[in-house]
Amino acid sequence: MAAKTYSLPPLPYAYDALEPSISKQIMELHHTKHHQTYITNLNKALEVSAKAQSEGKLQDAAAQLSAIRFNGGGHINHSLFWEGLAPSSSPDSKLDAAPKLTGAIKDTWGSFDKFKEVFGTALLGIQGSGWGWLVKEAVTGQLRIVTLANQEAVVVGDTPLFGVDMWEHAYYLQYLNGKAAYVENIWKVINWKTAEARYAGSRDDAFKVLKANM
Amino acid sequence: MATALFRTAPAVRAALRASSMKPGVAALASTSFVRGKATLPDLSYDYGALEPYISGKIMELHHKGHHQTYVNGLNSALETIEEAKAKGDEIQAAATAPLLNFHGGGHKNHTLFWENLAPNNKGGGGEPEGALKSAIEKDFGSFQNLQKQINTALAGIQGSGWAWLVKDKAAGTLQVITKANQDPVIGNQIPLLGIDAWEHAYYLQYQNRKAEYFNAIWNVINWGTVAKRLEKA
Repeated sequence: MAAKTYSLPPLPYAYDALEPSISKQIMELHHTKHHQTYITNLNKALEVSAKAQSEGKLQDAAAQLSAIRFNGGGHINHSLFWEGLAPSSSPDSKLDAAPKLTGAIKDTWGSFDKFKEVFGTALLGIQGSGWGWLVKEAVTGQLRIVTLANQEAVVVGDTPLFGVDMWEHAYYLQYLNGKAAYVENIWKVINWKTAEARYAGSRDDAFKVLKANM
Repeated sequence: MATALFRTAPAVRAALRASSMKPGVAALASTSFVRGKATLPDLSYDYGALEPYISGKIMELHHKGHHQTYVNGLNSALETIEEAKAKGDEIQAAATAPLLNFHGGGHKNHTLFWENLAPNNKGGGGEPEGALKSAIEKDFGSFQNLQKQINTALAGIQGSGWAWLVKDKAAGTLQVITKANQDPVIGNQIPLLGIDAWEHAYYLQYQNRKAEYFNAIWNVINWGTVAKRLEKA
């Protein structure tokens, strides 16, 4: 059984479209190099794993699980991340584009500013590489902020609405060790239209970009 | 007096500021501790001294920015724990443990890292000698094998972390291990050589080409320091 291979989804905007929040150089390296490397290594691990399984070598298939989880997570996270951003000049980056979601955010945290503060604190509290996500919980439908280490992905039940990459490669060339400024500026380029659609839609819909790029 | 103090290293200044916030504490500045507070150690070489292998800008940010943040975080975690202890609040103390591990580890790891690097004119680069060389050849076959093993370990780190050459006191052997984030080397393992694989350690110069950084850093390893650590291990 041959494994399906994944490919790099094109960015829905130009590399410099998120300036000045995120520089063109960062976006270009992040997309063409970092994201591509996760995909390359994911495809490799899936192939080795499929071959091992077809030969009945469970031990060799199991040895690939860590690489599949890490690189697969990297591919999922970055794919969702790109779609979750929009140029600050676009109406999609305005809170008005997410009436239902912002209403739920206010119901949950009391005010949008309070949510921003709690989310920002969670992002800055990550020890090492990782991501912060706003998710819709599977059973309750409630909103929750989660942080995940390295390339762990929101894949068990919950629906990811938008995520912020806190790996140093996501901001270092522009913000150096000043990651608080990166967190402050990323709010200007969140794609609220995408977040609203993910909030209203099914869990599978949130991940459709992955299927579209195989 | 004040003028003279402010000409001292930033670390000492920060320590003085910190201690001056506590009335009655003398501004007794040593380079490593002020009344039990951790402070940023000075580098024994200039920020630009490891070029072209590690740029001066990386070294400066890494030392003055990142390492200083771990020092501050460590002092703040220790303070929180002291306060919790005074109040008998064990939960608050326990809740601070991850911060203590992260910032305490970050302070220790970077301190070891600066010391196991050196410019070429101060003992950096080359190959291990003497007892260290023999131990490496005994446990890894050759110095080249050790380099390969460390580079593979570094490349395999998923996220931020470190690779270390350690002496395992129980087994009596040298081993290559990796640690996630800022987890310190503890227990039976004595750290001999550490290489920082956090992106901030190389990104401004090497961007996503981290393998080039892992190859380049061998040119500035201070084998004299590593040999001394093995002697004491």
